[in-house]
Amino acid sequence: MIGSNATADLAAEMGLSGEEFERACALLGRTPNLTETGIIAAMWSEHCSYKSSKVWLRTLPTTGPRVICGPGENAGVIDIGDGDAVVFKIESHNHPSFIEPHQGAATGVGGILRDVFTMGARPIAMLNSLSFGSPDHPKTRHLVSGVVGGIGGYGNCVGVPTVGGECRFHAAYNGNILVNAMCVGLARADRIFYSTAAGPGNLVIYVGAKTGRDGIHGATMASAEFAADAAAKRPTVQVGDPFTEKLLIEACLELMATDAIIAIQDMGAAGLTSSSVEMAGKGGLGIALDLDRVPVREAGMNAYEIMLSESQERMLMILMPGSEAEARRVFDKWELDFAVIGRVTDTGRLVLLMRGESAADIPLGPLVGEAPLYERPWIGRASEPEIDARGLTERDPLQCLKRLLASPDLASKRWIWEQYDHLVQGNTVKRPGGDAAVIRISENGKALALSTDCTPRYCRADPVRGGAQAVAESWRNLTAVGALPLALTDCMNFGNPERPEIMGEFVGAIEGMREACLALDYPVVSGNVSLYNETSGSAVLPTPVIGGVGLIGDARRAVDLALKKDGDAVILIGDTGGHLGASLYLREIEGSEAGPPPPVDLAAERKNGDFVRHEIAKGHVAACHDLGDGGLLVAIAEMAMAGARGVALNALPTSMPPHAWLFGEDQARYLIETVNPELVLAAAKNMRICAQCIGIVASGELTLPGAGAISVAELKAANEAWLPGYMSES
Amino acid sequence: MQAAIIIFPGSNREHDVCLAWKLATGKEPLRIWHGDASLPETDLIILPGGFAHGDYLRCGAMAARAPIMREVKARAERGTPVLGICNGFQILTEAGMLPGALLPNRTLSFICRDVHLRVENSQTIFTSGYSAGQTIRVPTAHHDGNYTADRATLDRLEDHGLVAFRYSSPSGELADSDNVNGSARAIAGIFNDSRTILGLMPHPENATDPLLGGTDGRAFFNGLASALQ
Repeated sequence: MIGSNATADLAAEMGLSGEEFERACALLGRTPNLTETGIIAAMWSEHCSYKSSKVWLRTLPTTGPRVICGPGENAGVIDIGDGDAVVFKIESHNHPSFIEPHQGAATGVGGILRDVFTMGARPIAMLNSLSFGSPDHPKTRHLVSGVVGGIGGYGNCVGVPTVGGECRFHAAYNGNILVNAMCVGLARADRIFYSTAAGPGNLVIYVGAKTGRDGIHGATMASAEFAADAAAKRPTVQVGDPFTEKLLIEACLELMATDAIIAIQDMGAAGLTSSSVEMAGKGGLGIALDLDRVPVREAGMNAYEIMLSESQERMLMILMPGSEAEARRVFDKWELDFAVIGRVTDTGRLVLLMRGESAADIPLGPLVGEAPLYERPWIGRASEPEIDARGLTERDPLQCLKRLLASPDLASKRWIWEQYDHLVQGNTVKRPGGDAAVIRISENGKALALSTDCTPRYCRADPVRGGAQAVAESWRNLTAVGALPLALTDCMNFGNPERPEIMGEFVGAIEGMREACLALDYPVVSGNVSLYNETSGSAVLPTPVIGGVGLIGDARRAVDLALKKDGDAVILIGDTGGHLGASLYLREIEGSEAGPPPPVDLAAERKNGDFVRHEIAKGHVAACHDLGDGGLLVAIAEMAMAGARGVALNALPTSMPPHAWLFGEDQARYLIETVNPELVLAAAKNMRICAQCIGIVASGELTLPGAGAISVAELKAANEAWLPGYMSES
Repeated sequence: MQAAIIIFPGSNREHDVCLAWKLATGKEPLRIWHGDASLPETDLIILPGGFAHGDYLRCGAMAARAPIMREVKARAERGTPVLGICNGFQILTEAGMLPGALLPNRTLSFICRDVHLRVENSQTIFTSGYSAGQTIRVPTAHHDGNYTADRATLDRLEDHGLVAFRYSSPSGELADSDNVNGSARAIAGIFNDSRTILGLMPHPENATDPLLGGTDGRAFFNGLASALQ
């Protein structure tokens, strides 16, 4: 065995606790060397092992008639009929993006793309969810600019449209931004590729880019909180090469059209270590690698560096016997490295050779099976007292609306999504800026609806409600374009799980998500957990981002939020209680983040959503928008701005103060524009669904009885101006 | 009617333009790999959008020196029409088949949005589906589309009717705010002297289906297809 024995101190530097290091020694029956310690530390890191989250993740519903493959593979797979399958997943790249925003975000995109095409799917769409610190924070502008440039630079070059996302600002993200990227791919249901190795003696093939010294121990970095010296971690950020990724996509998909591949796995976090361990481990086999045969970018790399490098754009494959020549021809054509670096074995061990000597020898069963698993202590959060809308000052609602539309969270994100090629591949039916993007997937008009959603301020105030609301909002956004929501992927972004209050946020959010997934038949098929998003003890808002996928039989039936025709009626679906706790109105206008989030009535969500989807399918709906941040008046204004038309609103109800009616964030609500209100209202009445006409589409202005009017152009100018204005300040 | 499309490593809009061409002619273009030594005789050669070779050097610089480009040039000299869209336009300027160069957008960022173009010259095979002065709405999606050339070249392009399209307002006026990338004289596309080569930055191929937000690009491909009949 080459390399000297590791010490507990060295292991601690790599992220292993004292107890975990003892466990590692027991596993080997001896003290591990440096390389072995690095491998064990990476595999047992939070990022790779999910040791703090696993017991809770297991409670989420992950099955359903549409589910082909749930969590545990590179990405989730669902059946959408006609022999087609959708492969999708969301993943975080939070820590690297804070340290080096451009490359951190770019490689986040690259990583999630690989997770999807590894399974045999052609990537057809990307989305993202971005959480930045306060706009006043000195780093925020630089981070926004770098992250958006990085996402665009990578996605645009590989030729996958970035069609949707969300972006928010809050001081809780000052020291830890969140960059979550989602990729959606299309495959044939009978041609899905998995990562389980088989057949002792079969060749292990390395393809893609060369291995360098970049990103060593990225998984460990992502499993610890930042101290004040975050910038010192810059060398652990990888560098992306979208051109090589594009070649890798084409080469892999070309080879996947043959029967050459038994198993395939991308080299993501912890690189060659996690890919080889996972492939062999899942197959209950062993793997022997000759590290001298790994294509390297620089001379003199040792076993530790080769195994822990997180160089991008690399894959590991197990080939069918006799197909090496065919595979080599494909990768030669695409000018990518192709190297036989080892064999599958029946020893159940990971054995590494370097210069003829053993560099590591670890039993895989125990490495995976005896990984630490924690049931960390947690405490729930006391519920916030309700906000009484009657205790708030009455203000000019149209001026409040204008301020809200120009506030960072509601301001138009056009400055961001225009930097993403959202049209390449020629299938984008509904572009960014609406409730959900719609992508056509076949010539007969079948289409997918896609969105990413979360309301972190709700999750902070009440994690259970917040978790349920994130799932419900995702489901609602897909419904609002006319899609049937099928399944979701989640990205759980939280602080340090070793703190009981943070663990309580995680546990609560999972509980809420679980309830909503069950009530809405909306299973979780893939996901990612990112913990330790905190700096010097200050954690991010709990941010369980939901990436949703829905199906539309005929894309021509999809609707968007833009008002279409003067004289049409605007109908509000769902009950309005005037809930202002944790609302944007309260935060932006009253300067308070107090109060509980709105209750989530999952039965009402289901009933109202099914009704709206049905009305859209019947062709009764000209435009539709779900109600969320900012409530009713913001939703009306968003529809008005998108369609460049006004709305004459009916007189407000007297049962509650105007600000409660206009800005309350009650859930399970939609606005629909229809030429035939009688028909829609009668149908709603039949279904015992609360529906009322609240106004008529009219040219140019938003008018509110008793409060005057404001021009839609003025609102749009305010809404469009904030982000470009902010980004051009220096 | 047969078109050939040249695929470079990093091309990514070949699918889009193949779809548009098939819509106009009923026939998919032949896909030719950049490393292929020979190019079959066709009625049209297309250089699609994308990031050939990653565009890590200047955009189009490496692709312009690919072996297949010698053949493309030879065919163009013998009169075979060549259409370069976006990255294809960049490659044509780098190959010296069209004058000028495409600099980074003046915002220094990638821009994906619908723009209006004014058709400057409809008396060519590429623009016969339009009338001069007409405006069309098509998407752009590029980082380096800021057309530049020396004054003499620009004057020559104007004097000889070699400007194909300009960025304009919906009603055809030229305003700086409509010049999406800062191009000299708002130029979005140009012809060679014989008007058998067109390079343009915007994507008419992404405006051929009402479901996808516009159909103004249809007349481009229909006009080209009938002109080549």
